[in-house]
Amino acid sequence: MLRKTLLATAAVLAFASAAAAQDKLKACFVYVGPIGDGGWTFQHDQGRLDVEKAFGDKVETAYQENVPEGADAERVLTQMALSGCKIIFTTSFGYMDATNAVAAKFPDIMFEHATGYKRDSANVSTYNARFYEGRAVTGTIAGRMTKSNKIGYIGSFPIPEVIQGINASFIHAKKVNPDVTMSVVWAYTWFDPAKEADAAKALIEQGVDVILQHTDSTAPLAEAAKTPGVIGFGQASDMAEYKPSPRVSAIIDNWGPYYVERVGALLDGTYAQKDTWAGIGGGEVLIGEITDAVPAEVKAEAEALATSIGDGSYHPFTGPLNKQDGSVWLADGEVADDGTLAGLNFYVEGIEGEIPQ
Amino acid sequence: MIRLEKRPTPSKFWQIATPIVAVVLTMIAGGIMFAILGKNPVEAIRTIFWDPLFNPDFAAYSRPQLLVKAGPLILIAVGLSLGFRAGIWNIGAEGQYIMGAIFGAGAGLAFYPLEAWYIFPLMVIAGAFGGWLWAMIPALLKTHFNTNEILVSLLMVYIAQNILASMSLGLLRNPEGSGFPGSRNLSQYPAASNPELIAGTGMHWGVVAAFVAVIAAYILLQRHILGFQIKLAGQAPRAARFHGVSPTALVLLCMGISGALAGLAGLFEVSGPAGQISIDFNVGYGFTAIIVAFLGRLNPVGILLAGLLMALTYIGGELAQFMLGLPSAAIQAFQGMLLFFLLAVDLLTNYRFRLFTGVK
Repeated sequence: MLRKTLLATAAVLAFASAAAAQDKLKACFVYVGPIGDGGWTFQHDQGRLDVEKAFGDKVETAYQENVPEGADAERVLTQMALSGCKIIFTTSFGYMDATNAVAAKFPDIMFEHATGYKRDSANVSTYNARFYEGRAVTGTIAGRMTKSNKIGYIGSFPIPEVIQGINASFIHAKKVNPDVTMSVVWAYTWFDPAKEADAAKALIEQGVDVILQHTDSTAPLAEAAKTPGVIGFGQASDMAEYKPSPRVSAIIDNWGPYYVERVGALLDGTYAQKDTWAGIGGGEVLIGEITDAVPAEVKAEAEALATSIGDGSYHPFTGPLNKQDGSVWLADGEVADDGTLAGLNFYVEGIEGEIPQ
Repeated sequence: MIRLEKRPTPSKFWQIATPIVAVVLTMIAGGIMFAILGKNPVEAIRTIFWDPLFNPDFAAYSRPQLLVKAGPLILIAVGLSLGFRAGIWNIGAEGQYIMGAIFGAGAGLAFYPLEAWYIFPLMVIAGAFGGWLWAMIPALLKTHFNTNEILVSLLMVYIAQNILASMSLGLLRNPEGSGFPGSRNLSQYPAASNPELIAGTGMHWGVVAAFVAVIAAYILLQRHILGFQIKLAGQAPRAARFHGVSPTALVLLCMGISGALAGLAGLFEVSGPAGQISIDFNVGYGFTAIIVAFLGRLNPVGILLAGLLMALTYIGGELAQFMLGLPSAAIQAFQGMLLFFLLAVDLLTNYRFRLFTGVK
């Protein structure tokens, strides 16, 4: 008898807690690296925590880290959808096809894909940040700070987003230092500390003294720290532990406001499909503190540039600009349109080497 | 005091019991690790081993996924096990898997957008050929220059990875992909795609091929003279030579079969679950298959079960990560424990514990 009552109570409790869980909106996140990468994935996870902070017990979040881009991503997304996630953020370019494939099967679940361009069904939105705006600022610092006039760039994959970063860095380094040259090393990974460290080492051996990186770990900064006079920048995250040098500034991805906005919209019923591409002005890209390792006038110059990009008075891709082969890309005063930037597949004039084909 | 004593003959009982004991020990040690991480160990173990199979929310989806994940592992491991039995160590299945995918996908994309029945069979042949070709390099270097196939086949993996990157950026890049790397999606090209044969079962041609490979390897090892020669070469190379087994032929054959099967696995994966050639298309099936081969005692039926178990730890591990918030490193450590305990318990096959009392 007693046992029966206990069982019944347990059943009621279980039901009640299940019902309570139902009321919460479950927001899920898929990460390409570990949340402890100190860069890209770390920043997305900070955004997830912002969502928890903003909505308290109205939401519940879950995440999965180290998800390979490809067939595994599709399974992870499906399992998330089945587990009751109502909105799923897929935070790497390579999840694009998987996101669209799973979204087609779950029309009631919202999918948000970072840095992609496919929105095959109505429940897929895409969002990205204008990282190239930050690159213009770090490129300026790089051009002013280099003594060897050689700067290096660790590329992840030759996709438009990375090409934008390479071009923006070089254009602005060259603007303040006409003698500057830039070498690009492709790591073919978003996160692999060993490979990134090797890339940094190779660049330093070539005489590079400013390293810009488009990969997510702190390994290149750790490598730079071993050689006096070599500096770098925080990528995706502030990477403050390498302050004041080698990390002299950083490009910080600030996803929190976007995540809070989208989850909030889903909560109050105003959610709609969209494609977001915000930059310094929208607060998605922040410039990390420029340390005292940088002379005051360079710091002021960089900050002024960031301000002018933020208020829209200056666009980092403003002509006259030539393509690598010498042909004209943008005439004097002409500004690159978003369509061209989103598919950017050429270097600007002056960059050495070729985009891998 | 306790001593180890060599058994006169390997224990039949422990040969079978080793994997089971290893799994149980992994659950216990893994449970302790999960508890230290502040998670309920029983819940974690249940999520990994039970939920993918029986949870009402997931099982209908996860169970077929076991086949999708286990298919390539089994196909590659069966091929590797033949060589391993003969003492031929092909460690580079990952590279052969990549080359199979490139050759297979390349053959299919060459016909795009033609729709014809013969395209997929041609891709299958091209995939097997690509893997075979890549395995022949370390095999011929071994037979002709006596190089070490372990090193050469492993290093060939890195070359294959670079070819893969170059293919996804150049020759096989989707011309309509706005400059992004990666080939056309084969799952959207019906003549070249490898879809589920029966919806909702996870069964695709790669899984069928894996089952066929298991049966073929079983018959080969039990009933065919070649199987006998393979086993003999591994256990007693000198006796094998007297028996007329040519070491050169055996190396070429075992490397060739394992390479072709790994290539097939790559082709079925790229045309099915993965869908496209991309820079990071390979996710380590070729290396995990080595664990599967040993976990399955180099026996085809054992490999079948081991492949399914390994797939279960992957899929259950993913569930445990986002359901319970376990870090992915904990799941990797858990899978590592499985191999560790397997090798440790394996000692009991050839040795036994003896309890000595009194003074010796």
